[in-house]
Amino acid sequence: MKKVFDRFYNLIAVICCLLLIGVLLYAVSLLPSYGEENPRSVEVVERYVEHGLEETGATNIVAGMILDYRAFDTLGESHVLFTALICVIILLGKDKKNMRREYDSYYTVEAESYHLLQTDTIVRLVGYVLLPGLFLFGIYILLNGQLSPGGGFSGGAIMGAALIIFAVAFGFETVDRVFTEKLLKTVTFVALSFYSFAKGYVFFTGANGIDNHIPKGVPGAILSGGLILPLDIAVGFVVACTMFGFYSLFRRGSIGHDITFMDQQ
Amino acid sequence: MGSTEGFRIVLLLLLIGCAIAVNLTKNLMQAVIIFMSYSSIMCILWILMESPDLAITEAAVGAGISGTLFLMTLKKIKAEDAGENEKKIKKKKGKR
Repeated sequence: MKKVFDRFYNLIAVICCLLLIGVLLYAVSLLPSYGEENPRSVEVVERYVEHGLEETGATNIVAGMILDYRAFDTLGESHVLFTALICVIILLGKDKKNMRREYDSYYTVEAESYHLLQTDTIVRLVGYVLLPGLFLFGIYILLNGQLSPGGGFSGGAIMGAALIIFAVAFGFETVDRVFTEKLLKTVTFVALSFYSFAKGYVFFTGANGIDNHIPKGVPGAILSGGLILPLDIAVGFVVACTMFGFYSLFRRGSIGHDITFMDQQ
Repeated sequence: MGSTEGFRIVLLLLLIGCAIAVNLTKNLMQAVIIFMSYSSIMCILWILMESPDLAITEAAVGAGISGTLFLMTLKKIKAEDAGENEKKIKKKKGKR
C-alpha cells in the first residue's frame, strides 16, 4: 500500500514540476526581449536617464534611483534586515536563565574549537594581509556610491564580511573590545531613524512643493548628490552590523560579550 | 561581440549545471559549495549584463556571507558530513 502511494506521490510531484516549468517558460516568453523597450515603463526610464543627473546630482544613476526616486523601497529593505536580525536574536540568542543542561557539554566542544581556531597561524597571517585592504575597499565603495557602482548595500556587505574574517582570524575577544551589543543597537537605531527622518523631511517638502535646502553639490565630486551619501552611509552601517550580528549569533548565540564562556573558564 | 556571446552561453550552461548539481548531490557541504560557485557565475553574468552594482553585491552576499552562514548552520546542527554517513550506513546494511 505504501509503495503504491509512494509511486503515485512521485508521479504527481513530477507532473506538478513540469506544469510549473511550463507556466514559468510561458510567462518568460511574454516578456519583452533583452534590450528592447518595455512600453509600459518607458516613460519612467526616459525620465531617470535624461533628468537623473540634474534632479538627484548623482553620476551613478542606479544610486540616484534607489536612494532618491525609490528611497522608500530602500528604507523598507533596511528595516527588513533589521527585523531579520531581531528574529535571529530571538531564535538563536542564548539566555543565562534559559540554558538547558543537555546543551552545556555541546557548548564546551564549541569553546574548544573556538580556541583552536584562534591560534591558527595561516588564518591569522592571511588576516594581516587581507583585512586592511578589505576594510578600505568597503569604505571606498560606501563613500563612492553616488559616483561609481556600489553604494550602501554592497559596501556594507563587504565591511560585514571583513568583520567576519577579523573575528575568524583574531578571535571574538578581539572584536568584542570594539564591537559590543550596545554599539550594534546604537548604530542600527541611529542609522535607521536618521534615514527615516531625513527622507521623511524630503518627502514632506517635495509633496507640498517647498524647497528643501539640501545642496546638490557639483556632480562628480565626493560631496555631491544631496542626501545620497549620508543615506548610503546609514544603509551601509545597518548592513555591516546585521551581517556581523548574524555570524556572531550563528556561531556562539550572542553578539557582544559572551556570558557563558566567562562562566566556564 | 562574438566571443562574448560564446562566453555568455558557456556561463549560462555552467549555471544550469550548478543548479541541477545542487539538487543531485547528497553531501550538504558540497551542496553549499556548489551554491557559492553558482553565485560566482551569476556575478560574472551581471558584469556581462552591464550591472556592476549587482555584481558587487552578489559577490559579497551570495558567494561570501550566505555561504558562510550555511556552513555555520551545518556545523551547528552537526551535519557537515550528513550525506557521507548515509552512504556508510547503506554500505553496512549491504554487508549484513
